[in-house]
Amino acid sequence: IQQDYTALPVDAASEGTNPVPDSLWRRYSEFELLRNYLLVTYPFSVVPPLPEKRAEFVWHKLSADNMDPDFVERRRVGLENFLLRVASHPDLSSDKIFYSFLTEENGWKETVFETGFQAKADSRLKALNATFRVKNPDKRFAEMKHYGDELQSVISQLLRVRARAADRLYGVYKVHGNYGRVFSEWSAIEKEMGDGLQSAGHHMDAYAASVDDILEEEEHYADQLKEYLFYADALRAVCRKHELTQYELEMAAQDLTSKKQQREELATGTIRTFSLKGMTSKLFGQETPEQREAKVKMLETQIEEGEELVKERNTECEEFVKSAWVDIERFKEQKDHDLREALISYAIMQISMCKKGIQVWNNAKECFSKM
Amino acid sequence: MSKIFNWDLILPNGTPVDTSSPASSSSLLNRLQLDDDLDGETRDLFVTVDDPKKHVSTMETYITYRVCTKTTRTEFDLPEYTVRRRYQDFDWLRNKLEESQPTHLIPPLPEKFVMKGVVDRFSEEFVETRRKALDKFLKRVADHPVLSFNEHFNAFLSAKDLNKRQGLALLTKMGESVKYVTGGYKLRARPVEFAAMGDYLDLFTQKLGTIDRIAQRIIKEQSEFLMELREYGPVYSSWSSFEEDLHDPLEGVSGCVSNCSSALEELTEDMSEDFLPVLREYVLYIESMKNVLKKRDQVQAEYETKLEAVVFREDKKTPVPTDVEKCQDRVECFNADLKADWDRWENNKRQDFRQLLTGMADKNIQYYEKCLAAWESLIPVLQDKQEAEGETS
Repeated sequence: IQQDYTALPVDAASEGTNPVPDSLWRRYSEFELLRNYLLVTYPFSVVPPLPEKRAEFVWHKLSADNMDPDFVERRRVGLENFLLRVASHPDLSSDKIFYSFLTEENGWKETVFETGFQAKADSRLKALNATFRVKNPDKRFAEMKHYGDELQSVISQLLRVRARAADRLYGVYKVHGNYGRVFSEWSAIEKEMGDGLQSAGHHMDAYAASVDDILEEEEHYADQLKEYLFYADALRAVCRKHELTQYELEMAAQDLTSKKQQREELATGTIRTFSLKGMTSKLFGQETPEQREAKVKMLETQIEEGEELVKERNTECEEFVKSAWVDIERFKEQKDHDLREALISYAIMQISMCKKGIQVWNNAKECFSKM
Repeated sequence: MSKIFNWDLILPNGTPVDTSSPASSSSLLNRLQLDDDLDGETRDLFVTVDDPKKHVSTMETYITYRVCTKTTRTEFDLPEYTVRRRYQDFDWLRNKLEESQPTHLIPPLPEKFVMKGVVDRFSEEFVETRRKALDKFLKRVADHPVLSFNEHFNAFLSAKDLNKRQGLALLTKMGESVKYVTGGYKLRARPVEFAAMGDYLDLFTQKLGTIDRIAQRIIKEQSEFLMELREYGPVYSSWSSFEEDLHDPLEGVSGCVSNCSSALEELTEDMSEDFLPVLREYVLYIESMKNVLKKRDQVQAEYETKLEAVVFREDKKTPVPTDVEKCQDRVECFNADLKADWDRWENNKRQDFRQLLTGMADKNIQYYEKCLAAWESLIPVLQDKQEAEGETS
């Protein structure tokens, strides 16, 4: 069981007179709990993702072992990054549960459960998992969802191919190390050529060794891509939740319409729609006026309630759309900025790798020329 | 004073003790000329191989190369020659040289046989690699103080039509340098320096073999890396197709990866075409050298056996038969020629490998420089929007 050490400067949340501890211990499962809470409480927000629990998209040298110190360290950085993301989010950063996650070591879990979010989470999850179809889908959200799908697909592919390429690159560099050994052996049987060969061999060894650092740095780039792979999922989640909101509105509206129709039928005495009740009453005789009146009264109440519900749901939907769209725009800008930065640092990495390569081979060339 | 047949004087170092025999005078001349040639100042024969052309006839298709010669030597009728020769002709020449100058190390030719279907014999790259090797071959022969005066070499450079039967007539004029008996004689003790040569060649062949395997492995790994890169680049392209702001940067990365892929392909091809063939030529070269060493051993063995037979039978006062004397001369000549050629070979080997390995380093440097240029030119494209944003914000 892993414990993740987080030490964040909590100067942003300077309310409260309690002395704030410098650091506390949190388990991965607690991070998951925090995120689930945020997902339910801020359904219109693109909630920052957690780093992967298990190592995926590994290339052969990186162990897929979750206990591997490199993986653990990278996950720790990922968790830190998650908290920074939440802390810089306009809505999420002021959340009290988030604050206490950072400040209260003990009893935090209980605090979360006290909010009763779990029940809401369960019902939401159930509804989301059910298949439903919206009659008039919002075009913008549909496009966003599609974008999320495409982003997820393309980044997955990119990470997979990159991992394979990293594997191959490792092979290329490491085989050059064999030159080091053979040059050394060869230099032993030479007179004048010996020194040049021997020193060139050392440079070949250095070249072979350099790939470890290169690939470690590239892993950082892969992590940046992975964050957005998971972000794509968060984006899709918002779109799906909007769909649900829309669906629930439509359902309420539909229900209201049918109730109104029923009232009309009862009032005018015409049966426009086929109903079993209607048939049975035909077969077994009409209702008494008293019975009919009671029914009408009940329907009136239901219609009133229904209209309230539709109003409520409509407002909910409108607010959701407003808030969600604000956050989606914010997310878009953040994504464009971050990915651009990631590409720049990737290019810089490649430049550095090329320069190192030029240097090593120039060194080797010098040795060869002295042969 | 009669010759002293002292085993110690002749066997351990192989250098002729007595310089009065006619055969030995040529080896003396050898050594003088060799020093001059190593300085490179007294060259009077220049040869180049260029201009490959394809010839198509009903029977076959083949390539000929132009061989240009410029010389001030009196052995040639004219100061300049231009002839066309095909690989077969070079092969003929080398065989003739081996036959007529068995005490010398004859430079190697590029490999004769190429697997059809694996290598395109008429591709530009293959022909160019071959041309370079043929050029080097002729230059080596031209620089050699003894081989360059060979009649077959002269004919090769000057004759309009190379009558390959010419060899037979000339052969009978060759005199003592013609046929060396091989086989049947047992060598008592190989002189240290020739044993060392043999040992060195064995070890060297081993190392070359290892280097060949490593180079092949690198080419394989690079090819597989290239395959992945060819898939990697286009993913950025498809990503860019559904991005707005990130479209140009992503497209840029895709282009960059593509450029690096091309550079890598060039590197791999160069290594296949230039590096590996030269290694393999050397391995063949060494094999022919080991054969020369074996022949030397045989000549010495013959001499020792014949001498032993004489010494055994007669007493020491009887003059040694000319037959045995001739054998001794042969040994001395062979040893002298071989030693001189060995020094020459060592020098050439050093140059060749210096060139080969420096070339390998250069190709790798060029590869990285191409990639560097591609990535550096991408940076402004990636930063572009940011600068614009900086202005507006």
